[in-house]
Amino acid sequence: MSAVITATGLGKRYKSALALDDVSFQIEPGRIVGLIGPNGAGKTTALKAILGLTDFSGELNVLGFDPRKQRDQLMGEVCFIADVAVLPRWIRVGEVVDFVAHVHPRFDRAKCEAFLARTKLTPDQRVRQMSKGMIVQLHLALVMAIDARLLILDEPTLGLDILYRKQFYQNLLEDYFDENKTIIVTTHQVEEVEHILTDLMFIRDGRIVLDADMDAVGERFIEVMVNADKADTARALKPLDERQVFGKSIFLFDGVGRDVLEPLGEIRRPSISDLFVATMKGTYA
Amino acid sequence: MKTFYWLVKREFWEHRGGFFWAPVVTGGIFLLLNIMGIITAEVLGASHGIEIGASGGLKQVIAQMDAGDMSKVGLALDVAMYSAMGLLVVVLGFVVFFYCVGALYDDRRDRSILFWKSLPISDASTVLSKVVSATVLAPLIAVVVGIVVGMLQLLIVAITLSFHGIDVWQLLLLAHPFKLMFNLIGYIPLYVLWALPAVGWLLLCSAWARYKPIRWAVALPLTTGLLISWFGIMGLFNLPAAWFWRHIVQRSLLSVFPGSGSLFAGMPHRVSSLDGLHALDLGSTYQLLGSPELWLGVVVGAALLAGAIWFRRWRDDS
Repeated sequence: MSAVITATGLGKRYKSALALDDVSFQIEPGRIVGLIGPNGAGKTTALKAILGLTDFSGELNVLGFDPRKQRDQLMGEVCFIADVAVLPRWIRVGEVVDFVAHVHPRFDRAKCEAFLARTKLTPDQRVRQMSKGMIVQLHLALVMAIDARLLILDEPTLGLDILYRKQFYQNLLEDYFDENKTIIVTTHQVEEVEHILTDLMFIRDGRIVLDADMDAVGERFIEVMVNADKADTARALKPLDERQVFGKSIFLFDGVGRDVLEPLGEIRRPSISDLFVATMKGTYA
Repeated sequence: MKTFYWLVKREFWEHRGGFFWAPVVTGGIFLLLNIMGIITAEVLGASHGIEIGASGGLKQVIAQMDAGDMSKVGLALDVAMYSAMGLLVVVLGFVVFFYCVGALYDDRRDRSILFWKSLPISDASTVLSKVVSATVLAPLIAVVVGIVVGMLQLLIVAITLSFHGIDVWQLLLLAHPFKLMFNLIGYIPLYVLWALPAVGWLLLCSAWARYKPIRWAVALPLTTGLLISWFGIMGLFNLPAAWFWRHIVQRSLLSVFPGSGSLFAGMPHRVSSLDGLHALDLGSTYQLLGSPELWLGVVVGAALLAGAIWFRRWRDDS
């Protein structure tokens, strides 16, 4: 199957800064891609480019469309949740379902109503009367009822409590995702998405610094817990990062063989947040 | 087409207050003031011992009216009905003005534009749905409300008189509510054309401004006009200040007020007699179609709307 997104040499400059600097990547169907980066790294700009919300230089093909010129057709196949609380505050649940049902050809009203039935939302309720968590429930119910090939989530769970956050991703996985769909998600709450991602992309200062699927990440990056006596040997292997826990040193290695590291101490798979912190060291300095 | 219908419906949902409740409340206040006036007259009349039609004199007058008089009564009744509309038209002008200024700005400010833009709707239909809401939907509602209020107004007068033993029901038949309705609804297409430059200008500001579009929308033509007048006073450049005020400032801001076309465009005939109501007949109002000013405005309005659509598509600040 052909790629869902092919980007070649994407660039975008705002007055003050370079938001995207010659970015190229490809995303295959049936993947859940985490686009992770510090604030201001260019995540949102990249998503906006994909959604045709902003102009850019370079080549970008999304589902066979050019988002700059064919945005209207593209939006029939793409859904996005920009972040929490962008639903218009005056609208009622019943109205927004009605509206989307009549303007979106791929919207399944029955499905949406089934999702809403699981929540406490009522048709007469206005968005302005809802909590952030409820707004996201509504938005997710709308989006999951649309049979889109690409779903883009930009910080979808920002400011929600843990119950809503867990439920959000659980719903996505159980009721929405399948091998024909592709999801791109950006978030700062890395630990919540790391178990559902199939692919990982780190972005820093407008550049992609890591682009790999999760299996490859597991093979490439290894964390070793080393006793003090072997710490110097470990340091000689040029670890990405070192930190101290209970008198032991934890080293993070990139591309050093398992056979080399095993004698040094206990080996484990690094969490994405540790990997992220190590990769982004010095970003704000 | 279906999408467009729902887009307009969405505008109605969002602006029920301005589109529907504003004329209804205005009409209600208008009627209330009338009733209060009538009660005042009754009370004052009673305390001064004046009894209208007590001697049956009025009845006699009515009985003796000839055809000419009858038509004057009809005219007076029509004026009574139009008077309600007059107030609604002013309110409508303000509603349309502020609606247009906010239409493409408010959703950028609260970022709900990101939701609307996640749906497969072209920016052109979004902008055009706002034009239609402003120039067709809002006036249509105002006209319907105006007609209902006008009829209630007639009814109140009739009931008051009937308390005094005067049967005026036959007089009511002299009014022309249907002609009135026809004139008012028929005026809407002309309004669309006349209001287009103002609607275009306001929507353009609404789609373009980063903050407070109303400041730009009002300040830009006003300051330019003032500057030109100022230069004029100093005798510099010899710019046509009067022309600018009339054709640029007025058209870009005041054209949203229905009837401003006939008032300002200098209609060929001015009527002073009681036949003045004929000026509101479509035959008179549509003479505006013959003025190049109207068509020039339409062209400029279309260009401004194209600009608004472009900014709606590419403005990137959310």
